[in-house]
Amino acid sequence: MGILDKHAILERSPTLLLVSSLLVVTVGGIVEIAPLFWLENTIEEVEGMRPYAPLELAGRDIYIREGCYVCHSQMIRPMRDEVERYGHYSLAAESMYDHPFQWGSKRTGPDLARVGGRYSDDWHVAHLKDPQSVVPESVMPKYAFLSETAISGEYIEDLLRTHRFVGVPYTDDQIAHASADFRVQADPDGDWDALVERYPGAVVSNFDGQSALTEMDALIAYLQMLGTLVDFSTFTPDASR
Amino acid sequence: MSDEQIDHETGVGTTGHEWDGIKELNNPLPRWWLWTFYACIVWGIGYTIAYPAWPMISGATSGVLGFATRTEVAQDIAAHEAENADLVAALNAADLTDLPPTDDLHRYAVARGGSVFRAQCSQCHGQGAAGTTGFPNLLDNDWLWGGDQEAIAYSIRHGIRNDTDWDARYSQMPAYGEIFEDGEIAAVVEYVTSLGNTDFDASLAQAGEGLFMDNCAACHGNDAGGNRDLGAPNLADAIWLYGGDRAALTETVTNARFGVMPAWGQRLSEEDVRAVAVYVHALGGGE
Repeated sequence: MGILDKHAILERSPTLLLVSSLLVVTVGGIVEIAPLFWLENTIEEVEGMRPYAPLELAGRDIYIREGCYVCHSQMIRPMRDEVERYGHYSLAAESMYDHPFQWGSKRTGPDLARVGGRYSDDWHVAHLKDPQSVVPESVMPKYAFLSETAISGEYIEDLLRTHRFVGVPYTDDQIAHASADFRVQADPDGDWDALVERYPGAVVSNFDGQSALTEMDALIAYLQMLGTLVDFSTFTPDASR
Repeated sequence: MSDEQIDHETGVGTTGHEWDGIKELNNPLPRWWLWTFYACIVWGIGYTIAYPAWPMISGATSGVLGFATRTEVAQDIAAHEAENADLVAALNAADLTDLPPTDDLHRYAVARGGSVFRAQCSQCHGQGAAGTTGFPNLLDNDWLWGGDQEAIAYSIRHGIRNDTDWDARYSQMPAYGEIFEDGEIAAVVEYVTSLGNTDFDASLAQAGEGLFMDNCAACHGNDAGGNRDLGAPNLADAIWLYGGDRAALTETVTNARFGVMPAWGQRLSEEDVRAVAVYVHALGGGE
């Protein structure tokens, strides 16, 4: 029986069994995962994607901190009902600057992949402070404290640097102006031309309606840009993906 | 399997494993199980040939059936649109103000508009379209920008005070906190209160009347009846978007309000915009 007899050697040595199992799983992993990093069609090229502006990135951290992803997905699947309700199905390119991605796995609340621009800032403030005030049937918790928690953007440069370290192409220019960009995005009276030049399509608004810069500003800045970047007028879907 | 050993009791070979004299019988797998197992392997190979599967150098194999979720969703949507193509064409060509409620097209528009409304509009205006503070009630007869079908369709298509559509309805009330002196806001608030209430301070309201005529009447009208060209609300009808008590009015006069509605023409198809307009008009308040 030859080789089949040899399995007794593996079975009798736990360390050898462990190492061999690991090798087998590794082969499976390499076959399944590794090609995705090199395949040219994993992330298709689209126009309009850019890294998050500093305030949006801070808002994204708040989104993750508060566990929004537990109830909200950011992944519109290619099905008629989803496309009609939420908009164009999500593309891989739309989460290529996400570390980690926020696709989520459960929808207690609606999908947020294209929530940007769908509601007014006022609505977001009212809804985050007291979701039931605008959607009585909602089971979402209240996040009123966000508008009372000021943020300074003290570590925003480091945050951009961290994201650059894991592969987001932030330029030196973007990192150098991170702090200024962070503040000016919530200040429509400020000089935000440079911000919009660095981050095309960035929405500048006093998101929370207060003069102070709060976590509410950051979170709404993030929500208001979700799914708005890709220019679908120049996008031709490759059906074979 | 080292030495083939036969268990004397059953006459079946054992695996050779032994625990304190107890040995494991080496019965063959059930036939049905074995054949199912092999069939699954064959099916698995066939599946990877039929459907997208193997990663190659520059892309994955696309499968001989040519299946792709993107193609499927495009076909799904196209098939659905084809089913309603006649009605959609008629809806897009129809004069919305002249659509009899008994007409099939009207019924189609109300049904279609209702489902779009519940998916897209209800978050602000409510499931029943009764609105809430800051988001208008669409059931009543009070219209800020006009309440016939075309006016409603325009509001939906271009939105209100947004930055994304140049044709959005636009107006901006000044924040009188920076304009009025101390006490003047209270006077104007009292005057506005006097328009729809019996319980007010007459002398204060009288002081506010002049201020109202000088500052507010240009948009809200001398009779405070509002002006739809500017989206200036009627202040005499006891219908309030942001609340009509003195505290809410003081806030409104001091900091002004700036209600924003997105331009849904950028998100919905033209037939959806029209259907929602017909639906909202048919809710009861339409003109």
